[in-house]
Amino acid sequence: MAQADISVKPTEAQGGHGHPDKWKWYDYFTFNVDHKVIGIQYLVTSFLFYLVGGFMAVLMRTELATPESDFLTPELYNAFLTNHGTIMIFLWIVPAAIGGFGNYLIPLMIGARDMAFPKLNALAFWLNPPAGALLAASFFVGGGAQSGWTSYPPLSEITANLPQSLWCISLIMVGTSSILGSVNFLITIWKMRIPSMAWDQMPLFCWAMVATALLALFATPVLAAAMVLLLFDINFGTSFFKPDAGGNVVVYQHLFWFYSHPAVYLMILPIFGIMSEVIPVHARKPIFGYKAIAYSSMTICLVGLFVWVHHMFTSGTAPWMRIFFTISTLIVAVPTGVKIFSWVATLWGGKIRYTTAMLFAVGLLSMFVFGGLSGVTLGAAPFDIHVHDTYYVVGHFHYVLYGGSVFGIYSGIYHWFPKMTGRMLNEPLGKVHFVLTFIGTILTFTPMHSLGMQGMPRRVAMYDPQFTSLNQLVTVGAYILAVSVIPFYLNVIWSWRAGKEAGPNPWNALTMEWTTTSPPIIENWEVLPVLTHGPYDYGAERADEVGPAGEAVVPTQR
Amino acid sequence: MKQIPAPFWTLVLGIAVTLISLWVGQNHNLLPVQASEQAPLVDDLFNVMVTIGTALFIVVQGAIIYSMVRFRQPKGDETDGLPIKGNLPLEVFWTAIPSVIVVGLGLYSVVVFQEMGGFSPGGHHNHGTMVAMAPQQTVIDVAPLLAQVPEDDVFSRAQVYGFGAGTQSLGNAPDLTVNVTGMQYAWIFTYPDTNIIDGELHVPVGQDVQLIIEAKDVIHSFWVPQFRLKQDALPGESAELRFVATREGTYPVVCAELCGAYHGGMRTQVIVHSTEDYADWMASRVAEAGSTTAVAQSRSDATDGEYLAAIAPNLAKSPVQIAQMAPVTP
Repeated sequence: MAQADISVKPTEAQGGHGHPDKWKWYDYFTFNVDHKVIGIQYLVTSFLFYLVGGFMAVLMRTELATPESDFLTPELYNAFLTNHGTIMIFLWIVPAAIGGFGNYLIPLMIGARDMAFPKLNALAFWLNPPAGALLAASFFVGGGAQSGWTSYPPLSEITANLPQSLWCISLIMVGTSSILGSVNFLITIWKMRIPSMAWDQMPLFCWAMVATALLALFATPVLAAAMVLLLFDINFGTSFFKPDAGGNVVVYQHLFWFYSHPAVYLMILPIFGIMSEVIPVHARKPIFGYKAIAYSSMTICLVGLFVWVHHMFTSGTAPWMRIFFTISTLIVAVPTGVKIFSWVATLWGGKIRYTTAMLFAVGLLSMFVFGGLSGVTLGAAPFDIHVHDTYYVVGHFHYVLYGGSVFGIYSGIYHWFPKMTGRMLNEPLGKVHFVLTFIGTILTFTPMHSLGMQGMPRRVAMYDPQFTSLNQLVTVGAYILAVSVIPFYLNVIWSWRAGKEAGPNPWNALTMEWTTTSPPIIENWEVLPVLTHGPYDYGAERADEVGPAGEAVVPTQR
Repeated sequence: MKQIPAPFWTLVLGIAVTLISLWVGQNHNLLPVQASEQAPLVDDLFNVMVTIGTALFIVVQGAIIYSMVRFRQPKGDETDGLPIKGNLPLEVFWTAIPSVIVVGLGLYSVVVFQEMGGFSPGGHHNHGTMVAMAPQQTVIDVAPLLAQVPEDDVFSRAQVYGFGAGTQSLGNAPDLTVNVTGMQYAWIFTYPDTNIIDGELHVPVGQDVQLIIEAKDVIHSFWVPQFRLKQDALPGESAELRFVATREGTYPVVCAELCGAYHGGMRTQVIVHSTEDYADWMASRVAEAGSTTAVAQSRSDATDGEYLAAIAPNLAKSPVQIAQMAPVTP
């Protein structure tokens, strides 16, 4: 970066770079290599795409308020459902949870001045805006991709070819971004922890990010391969997935789901990490079962690679596969349950602060219990065959992705916004946001389960009139969710400019990011901190504690 | 309260949760009527999962709500809570119990899956299936997909997916075979024994019916919610669904896999007749022989008229479909 005429403080020489005292607003629009700038770039970009994806959802729910196709053309409806899914996954949850929180927090949590590969990091971010632009452009050159976010051939090969090609390229770009980011996270966590921090003294968010990054590294290349093959089939006359020319349509599904099931864990593991940070701070209690939570992340990472065929139980799937993947899928419930139980046990005996961050975290816990249980029912092949590709599935994955991932992102924002901006978010407005979101989520996604079991398939613009009343209930819920974001965005914009000053550690938290100023200075600390206690040593005299922070020597500066 | 020991209350709560869960598991009314032999098997599995799920749901949500109330920050108390970092027996307990539950559910699923016929798709190569394709090639043009394949070789060419004979009828030939072809945006049912072609599926109650499912253009998915059966119709692959309908009536046939703009309109119905009604229907259709009508005619109420009108422009790109639509008699 430009450094010529800027005064450099002596301590910054440690970092090896010259840089200004403080970034200006326009630095956030450049190829900046500071992990905190990149984290905020990810977050702001993803929160913008969240609005775009949400707008599409509102239009779809408006269409579904009546059984006939009368508000959108069916082609446009399909374009919205395709891009709603694509945007919410690849340009909202993944970049917000992994790119945003991961980049911002990991160096601060492990006592590093930046990520291991800052330029690679910036490159990874800057692949995202053009990917989003391609999706936007696809609407103007042929009405958008229309074959669902899964884009199964042959439909994807015979429908809207140009937008579909742009969609493929867009996914290859975000996939590449994800791979680059993952390498960076792994190396950073592996090599750049302050020397006094052992693996079992890392905040659990870092463990979650290790699992996330490993999963992304194993799975994402396969998605990229599938996209390249699909792109070639559409544009260059190959026939990988064309049955009448010797191709096979089921192979695509295997390639796609080999990535896209782990993608579910990519979207929830970082959130589990956020949960493990937020809950102890606001319950004023050590996390219950540190090792169990850390290892369960790694278990989910491993088992999560071997469950993808449960998305294909009704497809061209051999009997033994249906059985194998039923069992492997059900097993995922065990490590997930361990996390849930551990968080509940963390609440037990605490002195719980009713902050908005905590409300969203506990709200998530509550939602995830339901979403997890419905997930178990979907794992059992005989029942899945009935509800596969129905609104039951739509209800389930929105429970875990909205009630889970989105609640977690909100919780993380309410928790770390003071660190990122130096200012507190407005709590009463935050509580209005929480209540609206909580009610909206239940109202939108619960009736979907019933609709699916009764016989309503997903991805339809027109449906049997017997399902009208439940659909209208869902539509009302969706409108409440749409309204719920208004207090949030207002809160963020207003508080960023004029919120109450936060100070370095407004929550009295113990992880290392709270030992520096808010917002942190450019290379995070004047002098790197020394680990004096574990990340969750709440209660009692910390120096006397046994456990992860056994070697605590200096009382903390709480 | 002090006189009554805690284990007593735990026991009372445990019994209450168990009773509530058992009741919910049997009375949730979430599933439509059962109209096939497989349906009660699937529903029993689901009910067991609902029962266990309800118990877990009550216990965990109860613990969350209790904690949020009981352990909220006392006013003005800025101190920390108890420094409990774990409890190995408890953690082992809540790892072991779910493990036992999921292994149990997994085994139960395998049993249900076997009884449903999940292990035997493609078990009967002898009957009907593609034999009927030859005379109808001009009408239902699946031939290109199978052009290079000898007709009797369909099953050995590729694995057949779906559900075959259940434990009841294992080893027996089906009573009736119907070829099902999915295309944008209609189901076509061909009865190879009688050359009947219809846009609705007619089957006799209580008989062992075998559907051979294929797709002509893109992937579709054949679903009858009341049968609890679903199978994707894949271009280039054969799939089988075998079932015994147990309840007379008319049930929807739904396409469950996104197949294009009018995917939501790709609905028709299956009519489960009594044996006599089925024979009458069959006779009347055979009498009409030659006029292979009714293709893609899904339902007769007003919305279907709208549906057909709506898809008419779309059909322009598919001459085959136009050919099939032409002889439709309302």
